[in-house]
Amino acid sequence: MPSGSSGDVASIVQALKHKPGALLPILHGIQEKFGYVPSEAVPIIASELNLTRAEVHGVVSFYHDFRSKPPGRHVVRICQAESCQAMGSVELTTFAKERLGVGFHETTKDEAFSLEPVYCLGNCACSPAMMVDEEVFGRMTPQRFQKILQEVVGQAE
Amino acid sequence: MKATVYVPQDSGALSLGAEAVATGVQAEARKRGHELQLLRNGSRGMYWLEPLVEVVTDAGRVAYGPVSPPDVPSLFGAGFLQGASHPLHLGLTEEIPYFQKQERMTSARVGVTDPSSLEDYCLYEGFRGLRNALTLSGEQIIKELIESGLRGRGGAAFPTGIKWKTAFDTPSEQKYVVCNADEGDSGTFSDRMIMEGDPFILIEGMIIAGIAISATQGYIYLRSEYPHALRVLNLAIEKAYEAGYLGKDVLGSGKKFDLEVRRGAGAYICGEETALLESLEGKRGMIRYRPPLPAVVGLFGKPTIINNVITLASVPIVFDKGAAFYKNYGVGRSRGTLPFQLAGNIKRGGLVEKAFGLTLRELLYDFGGGSFSGRPIRAVQIGGPLGAYLPESQFDIQLDYEALSGIQAMLGHGGIVAFDDTVDMAKMARFAMEFCAVESCGKCTPCRIGSTRGVEVIDKIIQNRNRNANLHLLKDLCDIMVNGSLCGLGGLIPNPVLSAMKHFPGDFGIKDVEQFSVA
Repeated sequence: MPSGSSGDVASIVQALKHKPGALLPILHGIQEKFGYVPSEAVPIIASELNLTRAEVHGVVSFYHDFRSKPPGRHVVRICQAESCQAMGSVELTTFAKERLGVGFHETTKDEAFSLEPVYCLGNCACSPAMMVDEEVFGRMTPQRFQKILQEVVGQAE
Repeated sequence: MKATVYVPQDSGALSLGAEAVATGVQAEARKRGHELQLLRNGSRGMYWLEPLVEVVTDAGRVAYGPVSPPDVPSLFGAGFLQGASHPLHLGLTEEIPYFQKQERMTSARVGVTDPSSLEDYCLYEGFRGLRNALTLSGEQIIKELIESGLRGRGGAAFPTGIKWKTAFDTPSEQKYVVCNADEGDSGTFSDRMIMEGDPFILIEGMIIAGIAISATQGYIYLRSEYPHALRVLNLAIEKAYEAGYLGKDVLGSGKKFDLEVRRGAGAYICGEETALLESLEGKRGMIRYRPPLPAVVGLFGKPTIINNVITLASVPIVFDKGAAFYKNYGVGRSRGTLPFQLAGNIKRGGLVEKAFGLTLRELLYDFGGGSFSGRPIRAVQIGGPLGAYLPESQFDIQLDYEALSGIQAMLGHGGIVAFDDTVDMAKMARFAMEFCAVESCGKCTPCRIGSTRGVEVIDKIIQNRNRNANLHLLKDLCDIMVNGSLCGLGGLIPNPVLSAMKHFPGDFGIKDVEQFSVA
C-alpha cells in the first residue's frame, strides 16, 4: 500500500461502516481506490467493524474479485463458460496467453495487462466474450483480440 | 421534422460496437445538418442483428442491422431517417419473424423504451400493477399471486406465492425483500437484459413484494460482472425515489420501501439463495443448512422473500392484467411465459420469450436457425452449468418444468447452449467438475472434494487408464454428490456429467453402454 494511504482506507471504512453487512461494500470501495485490497487495510477494517483479522482475510480470499496484489493497468477477463467454449474460447484463451506471455492470474512484465478467467459475462448470444476493465467485447477472434488490446494501450497513452 | 433514432446501450450491443455507431450517427447528422433525437434503448434481443439501429416512422419503428460505423454515411445517404431501403434494411422491427412470433410479457418493454426514462415506463403501462396492488391487503396480494401459478424463474421453480405466504405468516418487526441478480449460469442473460433494458419493472415487482409482506427494505444482489446493469439500476432507483415510488411513503400509501443495489464479488455460489444472504451480510458466501427457510429466517435472521430477477419482474403483469390472464399462458403446472435465451453455437442467438410448451427443436431451428458454424447441432445444455446435456434424439421435448425433469434434465433459468459436432463431451463433463471445484463454497465434502476427484477420474477415463473401473468410480462419485451435497451446486453438477456419459458414451470410450446406463 502506498505510504500515507491508511487515511484513505479509514475514510472509506468510515463512509460505509453504518451499512448493514458493510464488509463487501467496503472491500469494493478499497479495491476501486487502490486496484487491490492491501494487506495493511485488513486490520483497519477489522477493528472498525469489530471483526477479527481472520474474518476479514477470509472474506477477501473467498471472492474471486478481490485481489491482494496490485493488478496490471488493464484487466483482461476471458469467459471460460460453456457457451463461449462452444464458440472457440479455448483457442482464444490459448492465443491470449501466448500473445501476452502470461497465464491466468498473472500480470505481464510491463504491468500493462493482467489476465483472468471469468465464468460468464452474460453475453452468451455473442460468444466468445471477454471483458477489458469494465467494457465487454463479443464475437471474439484472435485478430479482434489483437486489435482491441492495441486500442486499449493506444487510448491510455 | 426531427427524426428519432434508437441505438441500444445494452451491454451485448455495446460489445459489438454500438457506442461507436451511436457516436457515428450523431456526427453524420451534424455533418449533414439533420436534426436528430438519439435515444438509447435496451436490446430487442436479436443479437445476430446487433448493433440494431431503429428509426421512428409513421408506419412504426424500422430496423437496420447489424450496423457498423462505416455503414453510417451510406445509411444517411439512402435516407434511412425516412425508413428507406438499404442493404441493412430489415423492415419494421416488430414484423421481424423472430420477434413477431414471441409472446413478450416480462420483456415487453425491453428494447422498446429508454430504460432511463420513468415517463417512458409509465407511458408503456408501467406501475399499473403497483397501483392495483396498493388497493389490496397483503393476504389478497398473495392469494392473487398463488392463483397466477407463477413459479420461481431462477431455476428451482418453487411457487412464488407460497414463498411469499411463508414470509407473510412469520411474525417479525423487520422483513426483507431480496432480488437474486447473481445470474451466473452460462447461456443466460435475461436478467441482465431486464436490468439494463427495463429496470423499473424489477423495482415495481420488488415494491409489490414489500407491500405484500410489510417489508420496508429491499436489496438487489447484483453480480459484479454486470457493471452496465449497475449503472442503469442505480439511475432508475434514484428516479423512482424522486417520483415517490420508493421511500417513506410509496405513492402516498403511507407504506415505506427502500431499495439498494449491492454488488457481488465474483462467486457463482452466491446465486444459491442462502450463500447470497451470507454475502449480503458481509460474510464468505457459504451456504446455510435448510431448514430454516429464508422466508422464516433470512437476511440478518429476519423473514425474507428472495426471488430471481425474472420472477420479480413478472409480478407487475399479474397485478396489472390479473392472475387469470397470466395463468392463461403455458402448459400443465408451468404457467405464464419464460424468456428463453439462445446461446453458444447458434446462428440467431438471443432472447425468445414464449409461453411454456414449445419444443426445443422449435427454439433451436425455427428461432435459432441451426448452428452458427453450419455443422449439425450435436448436444444442447439447458439450464446452465448444472443442467443436463441433451442429444438430438431429445430435441422434440416440450419445454416445461415437468417434461424436462421427466428426462432427468432441468429448465433452470431458461438458458440454452448449443454445441456442434466438434464438441468432445468427455471434455465438457470434465469442465463441469472443474467448474464445481473452482466455485464450491467448501462447506460440504461431496462438493468440495468430490469435484476435484471428479476431474481426476475423468482425466483417467480420457487417457484410457483403467477405464472401466474409473467409469464405475465416476458413477459412484456422482451418486455421492447427488445424495450427499448440501446444495444444488454439488448436488446437480452430476447432471451434465451423467447425461454426457449416457447420451455420448463413445466420447468416454464406453463400449458396453448397458453397464453404465444411468437411470
